[in-house]
Amino acid sequence: MLGRSADAAGADTARGPVRRLSAWLHRHAGVRLAALLAAPLFWLVVAYLGALAVLFVSALWTVNGFTGEVVRQPTLVNFRTIAADEVYRTVALRSVGVAAAVTVIDTLIALPMAFYMAKVARPRYRRWLVVAILTPLWASYLVKAYAWRVLLANGGPVDWLLGGPGSGPGYGLTATVLVLAYLWLPYMILPVYAGLERLPDSLLEASADLGARAGRTFRKVVLPVIVPSLIAGSIFTFSLSLGDYITVQIVGGKTQLIGNLVYANIGAANNLPFAAALATIPVLIMVVYLVAVRRSGALEEL
Amino acid sequence: MSAGPATPAVALRGLRKSFGAVEAVAGVDLEIADGEFFAMLGPSGSGKTTVLRMIAGFEPPTAGTVLLGGRDVTRLAPFERDVNTVFQDYALFPHLTVRQNVEYGLRVRKVGRAERRARAEEALRSVRLDGLDDRRPAALSGGQRQRVALARALVIRPKVLLLDEPLGALDLKLREQMQVELKALQREVGITFVFVTHDQEEALTMSDRVAVFENGRIAQVGSPAEVYERPASPFVAGFVGTSNLLSGDAARAILGREGTFSVRPEKIRLVGPPTAPGRGAATNAPELELPPASAEEASATGRIAEVVYAGATIRFVVDLDAGARLVVTQQNLTTSSADVAALRGTPVRLAWRAEHAVAVPDPVVPTPREKESAHAYR
Ligand SMILES: Nc1ncnc2c1ncn2[C@@H]1O[C@H](COP(=O)(O)OP(=O)(O)OP(=O)(O)O)[C@@H](O)[C@H]1O
Ligand SMILES: [Mg+2]
Repeated sequence: MLGRSADAAGADTARGPVRRLSAWLHRHAGVRLAALLAAPLFWLVVAYLGALAVLFVSALWTVNGFTGEVVRQPTLVNFRTIAADEVYRTVALRSVGVAAAVTVIDTLIALPMAFYMAKVARPRYRRWLVVAILTPLWASYLVKAYAWRVLLANGGPVDWLLGGPGSGPGYGLTATVLVLAYLWLPYMILPVYAGLERLPDSLLEASADLGARAGRTFRKVVLPVIVPSLIAGSIFTFSLSLGDYITVQIVGGKTQLIGNLVYANIGAANNLPFAAALATIPVLIMVVYLVAVRRSGALEEL
Repeated sequence: MSAGPATPAVALRGLRKSFGAVEAVAGVDLEIADGEFFAMLGPSGSGKTTVLRMIAGFEPPTAGTVLLGGRDVTRLAPFERDVNTVFQDYALFPHLTVRQNVEYGLRVRKVGRAERRARAEEALRSVRLDGLDDRRPAALSGGQRQRVALARALVIRPKVLLLDEPLGALDLKLREQMQVELKALQREVGITFVFVTHDQEEALTMSDRVAVFENGRIAQVGSPAEVYERPASPFVAGFVGTSNLLSGDAARAILGREGTFSVRPEKIRLVGPPTAPGRGAATNAPELELPPASAEEASATGRIAEVVYAGATIRFVVDLDAGARLVVTQQNLTTSSADVAALRGTPVRLAWRAEHAVAVPDPVVPTPREKESAHAYR
């Protein structure tokens, strides 16, 4: 007995420090987890939560109207201004409306496209379709936005297609929604495609076998199973739209979104604290959205 | 074509299916009677699943027709056919509870809430699964999932139930238990079962009739006894049981006949070494108490090449002096297990009743015309 354990110890040292370390880690699951999470946790705390904290703190500061210097005294005056002024409420609501519209449009387009890619197209073409969806992401955001500016110009191709100058949407809110929906569509298609890919074909067949037509199978089997993917996609499209201020400038005409106000306060008005206070609005909206998703229990089903 | 007064529950006529260059099903004609337990047996890739999927409506045939209860359903969608499938991977809806899974088909049919509940409960009881109504499939064992899949299909009371290797994922003990239960269930509900398997024992023990598939064709249809005792080709003889063939010179020398013959291993007896007992003592082999051969039996001499101890039985692989190799299965009565390996190399005499050497027609690659008559429903 004794001899055997001595042998085992000898084997242990003979295996070298790396093997021994990994064996030790294997036995201490807690340490292993900590080591694994250290880097991402560091990143999350410093780069992300840190930046958020700075944002919230600076939102409580003000700017001296004469000198233009930041006054580092906590006060709620910025938030009071935002709450009191109708303009900010209108812009916030408009931004949420745009983000919601973009999300709905992208969902409606992404569902059939992803379904076709994952379940209808031959496996051999699937890869090419994924590439086709991904390729636009390689082109610069600005290039695509300006391309749409050309398309939507008065007397441009869209007008021409719809029957003459002035018949297209022109620049404005509609154009903003349209272009944002175009820009963020891949971010909705990809998670939905991944979700559908994981959905076994036999589930669709079982549903048809039990008597359900395509529509019912879609509503009762496909949709519930890919809800998490839809939520993942909607978080992308919603938050990306909510934070956007460039597309609006390019095709939005006089339309203003929260992003424009933040930008204006950083640049022209040079009121960083007020910009920070404005920037907390989309953050809060996203928090509310995520809490609502969690509360609905949509993510617990799988 | 149908001899009986009743129309068959399932009839396949000239059924073919090609996937590109692969001909998965190369002309299948078959009739399955109402209330029959029908097994489709065959090696991997022989087209069993494809035939089943064409009956269910998931796969459109390249040629031929599918009739259910005499009605041509070849062009109908799965939801328009009165058949249900138990999938190999069970295909339970992961987001629904056990009860919701079972009620799915009833909901589609707009069955009222109270009746739905009652029928789902009854179906779950018939597969001996109650008390798990509110679990999700992920929280069930393989055997329990299998039962849910069965209940989900049975609850709609289809005319025909299609089962694609439903027991394939279960361990041996559970599989044997489910075989008995499935058979009892089928007798109870009286639904036609079409059962795909590549396990020959499963096919023989469970079914009323078996179709043996070979390369997208049916090599033989018949009762388990017919298929086992009178295999229609060397392929069937080999697939349904151990291939024990005598042909050519060996057949001529031993049986005095031309052709290929199959002898099932359990029909053969070991009947004592032809040489004097002194030789057995020299090799230090254990004594085999062997009965004498009777005069009317066919017999052959040979040497034991391999001994396989399998618990209840022992398999002897015997190289015959006439130049063939036969497998003999003996009940484990006479030898003690420790000794059997020492029997290797011992000369033995084999004997079997003359009628147990069954002539096996040599495989003829059937032309389409020949095939129709060969596989016609009896
Ligand atoms: N969707 C498909 N596309 C291309 N070839 C297919 C397809 N489905 C089946 N095949 C081919 O058809 C042949 C028969 O397949 P099938 O699944 O019917 O066999 P099987 O008898 O059920 O085998 P197993 O016992 O392994 O399940 C195989 O060669 C298979 O590769
Ligand atoms: Mg199969």
